[in-house]
Amino acid sequence: MNTLKYQSQAVAKPYFVFAMILFVGQILFGLLMGLQYVVGDIVGGLIPFNVARMVHTNLLIVWLLFGFMGAAYYLVPEEAETELHSPKLAIALFWIFAAAGVATILGYLLVPYATLAHITGNDLWPTMGREFLEQPTITKIGIVVVALGFLYNLGMTILKGRKTAINMVMMTGLIGLAVFFLFAFYNPTNLALDKYFWWFVVHLWVEGVWELIMGAILAFVLIKVTGVDREVIEKWLYVIIAMALISGILGTGHHFYWLMTPAYWQWVGSIFSAIEPLPFFAMVLYAFNMVNRRRREHPNKAATLWALGTSVMAFLGAGVWGFLHTLAPVNYYTHGTQITAAHGHMAFYGAYAMIVMTIMSYAMPKLRGVGEANCNRAQVVEMWGFWLMTVGMVFITLFLTGAGVLQVWLQRLPESGEALSFMATQDKLAIFYWLREIAGVVFLLGLIAYLTSFFVTEKKAA
Amino acid sequence: MPDNQQLTTAIMVNETTFSEKNTQTNDIKKLPGDLAMWFFILAELTVFAIFFIGFAIAENLNLVMFSEGKAQLHKVAGLINTIALITSSYFVAISVHSMRVNKERQAVFRLLLALISAAIYVVLKLWEYQSLFEQGIDIETNTFFTLYFLITAFHFMHILLGMVILAYMAKNAYQGKYKNPETENEFSGFESGACYWHMVDLLWIILFPLIYII
Repeated sequence: MNTLKYQSQAVAKPYFVFAMILFVGQILFGLLMGLQYVVGDIVGGLIPFNVARMVHTNLLIVWLLFGFMGAAYYLVPEEAETELHSPKLAIALFWIFAAAGVATILGYLLVPYATLAHITGNDLWPTMGREFLEQPTITKIGIVVVALGFLYNLGMTILKGRKTAINMVMMTGLIGLAVFFLFAFYNPTNLALDKYFWWFVVHLWVEGVWELIMGAILAFVLIKVTGVDREVIEKWLYVIIAMALISGILGTGHHFYWLMTPAYWQWVGSIFSAIEPLPFFAMVLYAFNMVNRRRREHPNKAATLWALGTSVMAFLGAGVWGFLHTLAPVNYYTHGTQITAAHGHMAFYGAYAMIVMTIMSYAMPKLRGVGEANCNRAQVVEMWGFWLMTVGMVFITLFLTGAGVLQVWLQRLPESGEALSFMATQDKLAIFYWLREIAGVVFLLGLIAYLTSFFVTEKKAA
Repeated sequence: MPDNQQLTTAIMVNETTFSEKNTQTNDIKKLPGDLAMWFFILAELTVFAIFFIGFAIAENLNLVMFSEGKAQLHKVAGLINTIALITSSYFVAISVHSMRVNKERQAVFRLLLALISAAIYVVLKLWEYQSLFEQGIDIETNTFFTLYFLITAFHFMHILLGMVILAYMAKNAYQGKYKNPETENEFSGFESGACYWHMVDLLWIILFPLIYII
């Protein structure tokens, strides 16, 4: 049963499917690294820890980008009330991006990183070697080309169609994503400057423009599943993005504390990042409020669960766990400990992985021609996936937080001489790492349940 | 025994008082402006509250530096600015009243007066910054001036944003876009803008004694 409003929305499907394939890879490499933390090398030196880590984080970023693109191709035409400008371009870009992504990951896995840098001509324009931005320069150029084609396609669609607040916020977020990525090409030799501009990509993505993308997707799904007036939802969207941008942009200061920047950044960073949880809290209030005021019972209960879940988990992971270590006097001790890892895990899952799964949950039944929603059995399995992954992530976060607190206690707080070394401290944290690994297995089970839900059909009546 | 007429008057007066009270209670219960604006205002107040708490803690740790710093600030300029902002808030408040009684031209005029008072603040604040810079004082001088510049400059940006909002309200009122105060949404935009301006004013009223005087 075809329930797509605009047939060109169908281009979103390969993006979502490929995102899920990469997601599986990300989790498998995560589990591998989790074991490497406690037992060292287990794959005969084939995949060193640093490579596994690079693959884990790069897969995450790339699958989220695929997810955002799928979301945009799905929601922009529907909001603009017109077909996508060029579905062919969208499909061509999909294959280019997918091929470049796979080639890059294979490059990480098959040859030493230095060789990869050499083969891809990194010395001509050195951009490699920075955390999360490890991609060879040529891949980075590919990303820019894909992003330009993608923005052109969406821009033309919006220009000929209806201009809604959701589309405007979504486009602003996506344009911002592309613009800030350009700092990945600027790689000063001075280490402090290098880090300084590195944050222009990393921070202004996840604590700036990505929040706009998240807000727009959440608003779109809420309008669809609750039937609440667009006016009301858009008003809240504006308040949320205003707060997100003010707190997020000035909050960049929380990365400048120890980068030889003037001391006032400690004040700016502490105070503005302290209010970064507020837009996320507003999202919780507004998601629950809209669902309570719903004017229809949408058959897709799972999508509603994801929408509520992402707001809560984003608030906890990005908001609360971010605040935990954001104040300069606290960060002095916690900088770069497992507390950062705890925050990173829950924030990425809660805000970005879950928002992609929210729009997928809403859109996939339509994209696959199932109808408004999956059958009840499939939704039940999907909700199992939701809960197992979410509970798994809560425990990963709690165990990493425990590890982080102990790490600060043993390695950072004691005055000179009494503090344990980094590696000696890591040995003491082993129990937390084992527990984290078990929580990781629960997460994987949740992911398997989630993926299984796509294949569950209603039992035929006997 | 009061005669009949007196009794009737007494009842009428009582009824009027009763109905007036009733309207007043209704007015108090209704939040002026939009709920989303109030959420935004609360968020803004939270930022400033954190700034003020930070300032108070830093002051406690550096009593001498802070009292020396305060001595270098121009208190009269601060006082004139306080008066300018309170005056502009007054004009905004009475412009809301004008809107309620459908006198839009009057509301526009009062908003313009509010903008003129706000402009006095802007000019004086810039002059204050300029004279500090001339003495070689800037944001990196010490913790007191770091906080002085951060807090007042952040507030200054709110004044500028508030002035844009007031100008926007004046433009809309002039074009008769709030024609029908009965439609709650139309008029609540005006009220929301006025609430925002009062917040900006309120913040200065806390900021001035905290940073300049106490």
